[in-house]
Amino acid sequence: MRYVGVNSFADAVDLMGSEQGKCMILAGGTDVLVQLKLGLVEPDLLINIKAIPGVKEISVSSTEYRIGVAVSGAELGEDAGLKAEWPGIVEAMELIGSTQVQGRATLVGNLCNASPAADAVPALVSAAARVEILGPLGRRKINVKDVTIAPGKTSLAKDEIITAVCLPRQQKNSGDAYLRFIPRTEMDIAVASAAVNLILAQDGSVQSARVSLGAVAPTVLLVDDAAKALVGSKLDDAALEQLSMACSAACSPIDDRRGTIDFRTKTAGVLACRAAKIAFQRAGGSL
Amino acid sequence: MSKIHVSTEINGDQVEFLCETDETLLDVLRDQLGLTGAKEGCGTGDCGACSVTVDGRLVCSCLVLGAEVEGSAVTTIEGMADGDALHPLQRHLLEGAALQCGICTPGVLVAAKALLDKNPDPSEEELRYWLAGNLCRCTGYDKIIRSVMTAAAEMRGEKS
Repeated sequence: MRYVGVNSFADAVDLMGSEQGKCMILAGGTDVLVQLKLGLVEPDLLINIKAIPGVKEISVSSTEYRIGVAVSGAELGEDAGLKAEWPGIVEAMELIGSTQVQGRATLVGNLCNASPAADAVPALVSAAARVEILGPLGRRKINVKDVTIAPGKTSLAKDEIITAVCLPRQQKNSGDAYLRFIPRTEMDIAVASAAVNLILAQDGSVQSARVSLGAVAPTVLLVDDAAKALVGSKLDDAALEQLSMACSAACSPIDDRRGTIDFRTKTAGVLACRAAKIAFQRAGGSL
Repeated sequence: MSKIHVSTEINGDQVEFLCETDETLLDVLRDQLGLTGAKEGCGTGDCGACSVTVDGRLVCSCLVLGAEVEGSAVTTIEGMADGDALHPLQRHLLEGAALQCGICTPGVLVAAKALLDKNPDPSEEELRYWLAGNLCRCTGYDKIIRSVMTAAAEMRGEKS
C-alpha cells in the first residue's frame, strides 16, 4: 500500500483517476484503519485528505452550513450554533463510538463507510442534507440519501470524492431528533434507529415532515408515508399510530442475534414516535 | 517500498522517525521510540488502552497512522509526570488502588486528563461517559471513578 497526503481535492481526483488499483480515502480513519488491520480491505493507494485547506472548518451562510470532510464528531459537538439549529444531527454523530473515536470520526466517513446502521446518516437524510462531490468532470451535488446504494457501496465513481456536507439552515418553528436502540447504554451499533425533522405551521400543527430509518434495510430509508402520517397533526395518538405503522411497513431488516426481524420492525416504529415527539417539542410544539 | 519520514512533537520534544505506510502511531511509539506506556489491547479502537492526544484531541493511537502525525503535537502517558513527581491523577489512582493488572491504566490516565483539561469539574456521570471507551477488566471501574473525582477536586484546590 502506498500513502499520499494531498493538499487539494483536485489532486485527490487526479490520483484516483490514474491509479490502476484500489484507492481508499483517509478522512477520520476510525473505520479505514480497523478494516486495514482486519484485512477486510487491501487498498493499493491510501489518500490522506486531512491537510486540504478548509476540511476542518464549519462555515455558515444565510442558506446553509458547509461542514468540512475532516471535521470530527467532537468538533461538530463544539459548534454551538450548529448544535442549536440541528441538535438531532449533532447528537446522532456524538453517539458514534467512544470519546477517543469522536476525536477522529467524521460525518462523511460515516456516510461513505455505507453501513446500514450508520448513526449520522438517518439524521442527515431527515434534514435533507446534500454532499458536494468533485470528479474529473467538475462539481456536482447530490442528496445524502443517494450516496449509499448497498451495504458498503456508494454511488460515487472511482475518481470522485466528497468535498463537503451541505446542510440547509433550519427554518423557524422546526426541529429534528435522532434515536437509536442498542442493547447497552454506550458504544454499540444501532439495531434500529429513526430520525425525524419537522416544520410546524402557525397553528402548531405539523406543516411538513421528513422521517428516516436506519439499520432496518440495506440502506437508510426515507419513509414518505411516515411523513404523511404526521402532516396536519399535533402528534395526537392516531397520528403517532399511523407513523409507527408506516415505519414498520417500510422495514426489511436482517435477522440476527442482536435483533430479530420482528424486533427491529417494531422498534423502528416506536423510535420514530419518540423522535417525532422530541422534534415536535424542539420546534416549539406542545404535546 | 521506501519508508515515510515524519517529524513531529512528542511530549514537547521534537522527534523524527521513519515508518511504513500501514504502521500505526501506537506501533511507532512502542516499537521505534521506546514509549511503551500506551498499550495495545484490541488494536481496533475499542478498548482505549492506547489513548494519547494528537493536537490536544484524545484519540486511540491504534487508529492513527504514524505518517499522519507529521507536524502535529502528540502527548502520551510518558509526558504526564513532572520528573519524579507524579501527576495528581497518577497519585490518586495509586492511593485509591484503582488498578490491578495495570494494562488499562495509562489510557485511563491520558483520557481522564483530557477531560479535566477541558472541564475541571465534571459530574460523575460526565466522567463515566467520557471514560466509556477505556475498558478495565479488573477494577469494576468504581475505584477509577472515585480516584479521578478526588484528583479533580485536589486540582481545583478543594480539600478532600
